[in-house]
Parts: sequence; structure tokens; C-alpha cells
Amino acid sequence: MTLLTALEAPPERSYDDLPRLMSLMTGDEKHSAAATSTLDVLWVLYDRVLRVGPGSADDPARDRFYLSKGHGPMAYYAVLTAKGFIPEAWLPRWASYDSPLGHHPDRVLVPGVEISSGSLGHGFPLAVGTALGLRAQGLTSRVVVLVGDAELDEGSNHEAVELAGALGLDNLTVVVVDNGSSTHNRPGAIAGRFVHEGWHAAVVDGRDHTALERALTARIEGRPTVVVAEVEEKWA
Amino acid sequence: MSDPRQRFAQTAADLVEEDLSVALVYAEISGQYFGDVESRHPDRVVNVGIREQLLVNVGAGLALAGMRPIVHTFGSFLVERAFEQIKLGFGHQDVGGVLVGSGGSFDIASGGRTHQAPGDVPLMDTLPGWTLHVPGHADEVEDSLRLAVAGDGREYVRVVSQQNAQAFPVRPGRFHVLRRGSGATVVAVGPTLDAVLEATRGRDVSVLYANVVRPFDSRTLRAVLASPEVVLVEPYLAGTSSRLVADALSDVPHRLLALGVRSEEIRRYGTARQHVAAHGLDAAGIRRSLDAFLVGRGDGIAS
Repeated sequence: MTLLTALEAPPERSYDDLPRLMSLMTGDEKHSAAATSTLDVLWVLYDRVLRVGPGSADDPARDRFYLSKGHGPMAYYAVLTAKGFIPEAWLPRWASYDSPLGHHPDRVLVPGVEISSGSLGHGFPLAVGTALGLRAQGLTSRVVVLVGDAELDEGSNHEAVELAGALGLDNLTVVVVDNGSSTHNRPGAIAGRFVHEGWHAAVVDGRDHTALERALTARIEGRPTVVVAEVEEKWA
Repeated sequence: MSDPRQRFAQTAADLVEEDLSVALVYAEISGQYFGDVESRHPDRVVNVGIREQLLVNVGAGLALAGMRPIVHTFGSFLVERAFEQIKLGFGHQDVGGVLVGSGGSFDIASGGRTHQAPGDVPLMDTLPGWTLHVPGHADEVEDSLRLAVAGDGREYVRVVSQQNAQAFPVRPGRFHVLRRGSGATVVAVGPTLDAVLEATRGRDVSVLYANVVRPFDSRTLRAVLASPEVVLVEPYLAGTSSRLVADALSDVPHRLLALGVRSEEIRRYGTARQHVAAHGLDAAGIRRSLDAFLVGRGDGIAS
């Protein structure tokens, strides 16, 4: 990093800054469950797991994070701000006509955003393709994709579970933020679906940073990894 | 003349061999042609199984990783079944890729409606920025694919069995002027050309040939236009290019006849040739339509 960019880089912020950054978007201290269910997973990924930062956002060998569940992206924008990808000044006017920050993120508009999401069931299949592409180019970087438990309703995800398991894509990690929001929810059933297709699975407390870090950094040779991060039930 | 689909498969395999950035993703279909290249390059030739939503997004995900994907299955499953994946995986992510749909409107006539996709090109035409290749000859299939893969844009290549006697160069954005006349201008798209040439024999009309239909070459259409009558002959849904003609001639009072596949489901099996005739796209059908459209005009049948 050059001295100039070091001087221009915004100050690094901590986990404790995230509620304030989110309140810049919500206008108060209350945040929707959909936005906050992902907060700890996102923070641990960008703070402890992913090898990517504002200075390496275009590096072909960077780790990729795909937010497949594009709904409620306030926590995502807050973490990207805290990590210096986007300026804090963007947050208050989010979702306005001139803002690059929408209710669903757009990779063309937001530095550090790797995929444009919003329609459910696309990010995970995209991540399978990217994992294949990194592997074909001999790159050792990883792809981590975040889906919601209700997002797994979409059948396209199950096509991806099967193929990634069959091909043994060990550079792919799916993190399922499980707040029990799927209408036809069978508690505890998610990990088993992945294991059945040959995945390595871990079920952790989605608020426990140490447990999340351990699960999200695991890389099992020849098998993709799923981390089910359990958080408070959305409708409880 | 070689078979267009086999030529596609051979060219795709050659491109995988020639260029390390090229990946071929398919969903069982045409797998009989890909065995050799898949065994040599299992990292860049991937059969995803019968999973078309995944097929398209795996292609887009490869593009996000910096590769140039060729994504292939029948046009019906590629464009119609996985349309949102095409819209969001490529255009919305702002990455490029080459989609190759085979089968077209009636290659698999005996398979019935499930395997007939006259809506592939019109659906793709709702998305901005795609180059739409409609090759009418195996040589054009190879040229389109090589040109498409060499670039970085979004390209759809429609590969069908029916082909014309002669191949023409592939030049996106430029139609070929095959005949100049003083009457109507007939635009033949892809494999309809031979029937158009036969149907217009002896008529004082101009004939343009389009083996790439988007971008639409409005400039050549205007330059050639002798009388204010345009006839489109397209091998997918009739009228797909009508709005482009309307835009090109917005300042010219004109008449348009748009021939192509009719939208109603005819519920017939049989052969592609029979379906071409049923939709009035054989030479006799095109001639009948021209006679009715140009009745009383000075550019009627000569002699």
C-alpha cells in the first residue's frame, strides 16, 4: 500500500461501530431481524476469515464473498464501511435514487460487493461456478457464499448442493444463516441435506465469533463445507 | 456440408484446447461429442447434469472468476427454463459469456412442444447488450462461435440443423446485400435464406441476409430500400424484428410483412421440414405471402 492510499484510507472501525453505522441507514437504533441475523457472520468473515480488503478488491487471487441473500443488506453495508470498502457518507441516503446502495446490493455500484443479488437462489450457483473457475486457474483462494435458511426453499440451491458435493469443491463454503424463517421449516434439517451430498458440515451459534471463525476457516480436502449459523428465530 | 451442431461441438472443443481461459459448461445435451475434450480438461469442461438453472449460473460464476464460458444445452432449456439466470447471471452482474442453444424452433419436431423453442431469440431480445447469432450454415456456426469466444461480450448462438447452400462471413452489425432490386426489400434471417432466394426468384426485389440479427443493421436496410416495403423472414417467432424495422424507418411511410414462426401451438410431430411448411416458411409459403403483400405492385412476378 502506498503512503498516499494509506493516508486516504478511512479509519478502521471495530465491531462496536456497527450499530451506529446501521443506524445511519435505519434512522434509529432498531434494525430488522433480516438485517441483523447476518451481522456476526459478516463481521467474522471480513475481520478474521476472508483474505480480501479494499486494496485487493481486484486481485484475481482474493477470497470471494457472495451475499446470495441480498435482502436486508444493512449489516453488509455497515461491515463494508467498517472495513474501508465504502465511505460512511454513503449510508444516510441509502436506497435513494442517486445512492449506490440499494435495498439489494449491486456489484457494479458498490466497491467490494462481489455479486448483485436480491432474487433468491442465484448466489450459491454462481459461487459454484466461481469455485470451478478459481480451481481451473490454479488459484488457491476460496469462495464463501451466504444464504438464508428460507432461501434454501429455491430449488436452484439444491442443484448446487448436488454438483458441488459430486465434484468435491473444497474451495467452496456455504454459510446458512438460520433464523428459522422458512415457512415449511424442519428444525435441524439443513446440515443433513448437505451431508447427504458429501459435504463437510458444522452447526454453530451464529453469534459466537470464536465458533464462527473456527467453522468458517475449516477447509476439508475434497469436500465443500457448509456452516449452519443458528441465530434467534425470526418469528419468535 | 457438415452438421451444424457437430461443428459447434468440434469448434468448442478446439477452443478449449487453444485457450486456457475458455471453459465449456453443458447439461448432458451434446455430451456424446464432448467425451474426449472433457477427459483431457476436466477442470474446464463440466457437465452439470440435468440442472439448467445451475448450468447458466455456473457459466456466469466462471465469468466472475475471469474465465470465458461457453454454456450449452437445447435452446428451450437454456433460454426459456433458465431465463432469469441469464438476465441476472450475466447482464446484471455485468459479465460476458457465450450461450449456445441448439434445436431452434423445430429441429426436434417429433419431440413436440417441450423441445421446440421459437421464443428463444425474442426472449433474448428483451435483454440489452446481447449479440444474437443466427447462423444459416455450419461454417457460419464455427465463425460465430470463434468470434463470440474471442470477445468479452454477451453472445447467444442459435444452432439449428437446417442450413443454406452457401455460407457468408459473420460480421455483427452488418447484413449482406445479396440482390438489389427496385421493389421491396426482403430480409432473410439465418436458415431461411435458401427458401427466400427461391421464393423471390424472378421478382424485382432486394434481398438482405442476416446471420447476426442483433445488432440490427438499420443502416444497410435504409441504404438498400428502393420502395417502402419491407419483408422480414425469421426462423423464430414472427415479428421479432418488426420494432427494429419500425425504428429504422420511423421517418418513412412504409409497409411491413413479418414472416416467421406463428405463436400458436400447432400440436404436430413429424419433421422439421413439415413444420417449416406449416408455418409458411418454405419457398412456396413465402411466395404466397409475398404475392398477397405485393399484389398490384410493379415488382410482381416478371414475365
